[in-house]
Amino acid sequence: MSQHPTTYVPKSAFGRWFESRLPVAGLVHSSFVAFPVPRNLTYFWTFGAILAFMLVAQIVTGVFLAMYYTPNADLAFQSVEHIMRDVNYGWLIRYLHANGASMFFIAVYIHIFRNFYYGSYKAPREVLYILGVIIFILMMATAFMGYVLPWGQMSFWGATVITNLFSAIPLVGETIVSYLWGGYSVGNPTLNRFFSLHYLLPFMIAGVVALHIWALHVPGQNNPTGIPIKSGKDAVPFTPYATIKDIFAVVVFLIFFAYWVFYIPNYLGHADNYIPANPAVTPAHIVPEWYFLPFYAILRAIPDKLGGVIAMFAAIVIWVFMPWLDTSKVRSTAYRPLYKQFFWVFVGVCLVLGWLGSRPAEGWYVIASQICTVYYFAHFLIVLPVLGFVERPLPLPNSILESVMGVQKGGAGMPAGANAEPQSKG
Amino acid sequence: MMKRTLLIAAAVLGLSAPAFAAGETPVPPQLKWSFQGPFGTFDRAQLQRGFKVYREVCASCHGLSYVAFRNLSQPGGPEFSEGQVRALAAEYKIQDGPNEAGDMFERPGRAADRFPSPFPNENAAAAANGGKAPPDLSLMAKARTYERGFPWWITDIFRQYSENGADYLVALLNGYKEAPAGFTVPEGGHYNEYYPGHVIAMPKPLSDGQVEYPKNEAGQPQAPETVDQYARDLTAFLTWTAEPHLEARKRLGFQVMLFLIVLAGLLYFTKKKIWARVGGEVEGHATPPMTHNP
Repeated sequence: MSQHPTTYVPKSAFGRWFESRLPVAGLVHSSFVAFPVPRNLTYFWTFGAILAFMLVAQIVTGVFLAMYYTPNADLAFQSVEHIMRDVNYGWLIRYLHANGASMFFIAVYIHIFRNFYYGSYKAPREVLYILGVIIFILMMATAFMGYVLPWGQMSFWGATVITNLFSAIPLVGETIVSYLWGGYSVGNPTLNRFFSLHYLLPFMIAGVVALHIWALHVPGQNNPTGIPIKSGKDAVPFTPYATIKDIFAVVVFLIFFAYWVFYIPNYLGHADNYIPANPAVTPAHIVPEWYFLPFYAILRAIPDKLGGVIAMFAAIVIWVFMPWLDTSKVRSTAYRPLYKQFFWVFVGVCLVLGWLGSRPAEGWYVIASQICTVYYFAHFLIVLPVLGFVERPLPLPNSILESVMGVQKGGAGMPAGANAEPQSKG
Repeated sequence: MMKRTLLIAAAVLGLSAPAFAAGETPVPPQLKWSFQGPFGTFDRAQLQRGFKVYREVCASCHGLSYVAFRNLSQPGGPEFSEGQVRALAAEYKIQDGPNEAGDMFERPGRAADRFPSPFPNENAAAAANGGKAPPDLSLMAKARTYERGFPWWITDIFRQYSENGADYLVALLNGYKEAPAGFTVPEGGHYNEYYPGHVIAMPKPLSDGQVEYPKNEAGQPQAPETVDQYARDLTAFLTWTAEPHLEARKRLGFQVMLFLIVLAGLLYFTKKKIWARVGGEVEGHATPPMTHNP
């Protein structure tokens, strides 16, 4: 994507004519055909393709839903039921879209933790990684506003709770909240602007995704060994090798997706959201969507409102600093015996935080949330910096090929002439 | 009196979203439903009986405003004949208008009309029912649930358990009991074992023999005319009103699954063949030699 290859020559006269005027075919060829891919990538590396697919799926289903949805506080709930009952296959499109959000987050969390495990965030991929964090934040905003649109009880009260958080900001908090609401409480103007933004943000995500992919094509992909491609034998061309593997993975992911859509479409939602929004009745428990739960637990762990809001946002923003907080020179956790244990403890803490986020904020749940919150931040602020100094990593293989040869004799890699290390091309 | 009604209304309002049960509420028993599982379908006769229960018992207070008469004859539902639906719709008075003279008028219902609500507006419904409007029942089977707890919320995924709303509704309709000693039920409230907080505004709606079921050839009712059977039939009907395309969804789901699994299989072997050109797929990293203890 970043570099125009000299190897690509269009076959037809028209192709050559066009290529000399707009070299888009060459761009695609260098990015998705000739692009060298480490040959030892596992299925954890297919989640990028899965996420790209999910983004497109969400935009396509969303565009169709918007043709029937009415963003008005008195009509929104009815219009969703109209989609579910009267629109041909409206139930399918809506369930695809609603469950698609959860699938998107399942895939993104796997993608993020794969990056944590294999040290993909480290040099030279810091910008690529930070763009990913930005995509994640945009995804959260989009998902939150999307959940408000059906205008059920949990939509309304979730919106009330989350928008109220901004009022904790000193001086400007109240002003920000009234701009979010378009009034003095969550109401019709809120729904209108959330719908507008919910339609806008996915295209902003698509834009940052383009930058994310661009930034990926400069240093090339990381791999399970964490060591860069050193010769053509370490890599295979993106097409057909990565392409076919990605397509296969997307279809397997679709089986998983379809299971939720067709058999348990409401499992990941809340029963309360089938009750129309009622500002006079507060649900017994206001619980956000599952993908927000760890952050919600951190929010509620801090007894002070402003402190809670800061902690919740800091929990994501701290990711940005990971490339510099992690002092280890070794990327892949496979060669970091001590960090491997801390990694899995961290995964466990995140899961426990998620569970705590679904519990009422009372009794020992609060204490457990506080302990987990402290550990969450300690992982970034203490474990990552200190381990780099005290840990003795295992010896690294000399090349991807050597690592792989331990498993099987490698055959031909990249065709002769293909550039060995993508870095050197940029 | 007025004051007390308001107090009860406030108490009930606070608990009116029983998505999660509080306190020592028993867990609703899990019943067998014809519509559960990947190949589940509705039992037409049961839906028709359930509709009869709704019409003769619930409809005096509860609306069904998302359901149109025509839905009753559509495939995947109670599947009444179109003639039956037209006759049924004609029994209802629907407000229409304005006509050419600018007046609103009433006309007999048509198949395309939705069920008219029993009250002209929510305030009227609340005023006639001790301060709280009886909720619309169209989505009731999806709008209620009960807390599943660990590890059942995980096993539910594999069992495809999505009848929690239905199980809760049957338990609730069967849950009217004498209040235990020491439990004071406020005036205008009713004790119910399964309702969160145990005080529900709705009086016990069903009693044995209340609704007459169609007879079979032997002259016996199609199903027992008991509270439990009424509750099950009504709940099956409300599951259909909440999810009218449930049968189509599960049927299409099976086709989609089959297609995707075959496609995934073909892609898997394609991928294997392609990767064979470079000596097969090798993933991950070699186990590093353990030369020293970490």
